[in-house]
Amino acid sequence: MMNEDLLTLAKNLVAALEKGDQALADGLLDELAGLRETQLFKEIGRLTRQLHDTMVNFSVDAKITEMTEHDIPDAKERLHYVITMTEQAADQTLTAVENLLPISQTMNDQVERLASKWGRFLDREMPLNEFKAMSAEISEHFNRSRSELALVQSGLNDILMAQGFQDITGQIIRRVIDLVQDLESSMVKLISIAGRRAGADDDGQKSHELPGPVVPGVDDRAGDVATSQDDVDDLLSSLGF
Amino acid sequence: MKILIVDDFSTMRRIVKNLLKDLGFTNTVEADDGKTALPILQKGGIDFLITDWNMPGMTGIDLLKAVRANPNLANMPVLMVTAEAKREQIILAAQAGVNGYVIKPFTAATLKEKIEKIFERIEG
Repeated sequence: MMNEDLLTLAKNLVAALEKGDQALADGLLDELAGLRETQLFKEIGRLTRQLHDTMVNFSVDAKITEMTEHDIPDAKERLHYVITMTEQAADQTLTAVENLLPISQTMNDQVERLASKWGRFLDREMPLNEFKAMSAEISEHFNRSRSELALVQSGLNDILMAQGFQDITGQIIRRVIDLVQDLESSMVKLISIAGRRAGADDDGQKSHELPGPVVPGVDDRAGDVATSQDDVDDLLSSLGF
Repeated sequence: MKILIVDDFSTMRRIVKNLLKDLGFTNTVEADDGKTALPILQKGGIDFLITDWNMPGMTGIDLLKAVRANPNLANMPVLMVTAEAKREQIILAAQAGVNGYVIKPFTAATLKEKIEKIFERIEG
């Protein structure tokens, strides 16, 4: 098509020159040059598009490579840490419950026994020497209850503190979900490029300006985090706190 | 003594609330991020602020800065209880004027110690 156009124009140009029609020849020459330029622009456009696609392709590739090399193994370790934390919390809670149940059982038995004796006393069915024994038993019950209730208190506190895992693991899992979403959108981009459809140019902004919970073995590699409350206290006191 | 507890995780708010109860502080209010906490603080009557850092809406560090920038609240003692443990973050919080910094997970003893230390300094 393009060649036919060119040939026609060239023939007309020769004819015009042979006839000595300078004005027509000039016009035809302009037309020929214009045709060349259009072709050139089209070719530049094609090359630009190719270059752009290659560049986008390259950056998506690099992103996915980084994710597979770095982020995914990290995510695995983070999820393992979630398992460890939930296991610890469950263990701590179960231990506390196992310690508390027999205490509450003994206290219950003791109260039952004393209550029936107390009932006999109120019904005036208790001889004096038995009453004296009961008084001693009641005193002993108070003493034991005091120390046993202290144990109950501390056990309940252990159960309370064990629930802190939910906050930490929740934050870690949220981050892993974000990573999976990032990976998904990168894959979609890659597929759309491979399918020669124009992909969106805007890059998903890097989320999380806050690093969040420290996962041992993952986040403490660079040595720029406080790994214990003592670390925090040392740092603050070095700042004059 | 009225204490405001700010954390986006309700479990953590309940833990802190119960620990405070154990320490004898029964008058507590809760908020789930800085945005909801600030109006409560501005209304007045809060004596002590315990806040997380990483929260949607408004973070704890921004809340701390807002508190320090408000003449009515500037002297409010603020304890940060957070999983953020980067040294630069702790320094940032110190520069913003935090009174204490506890990293999660923490023990009941740690929280108690930091709270008591802050109160000692207020009274002393």
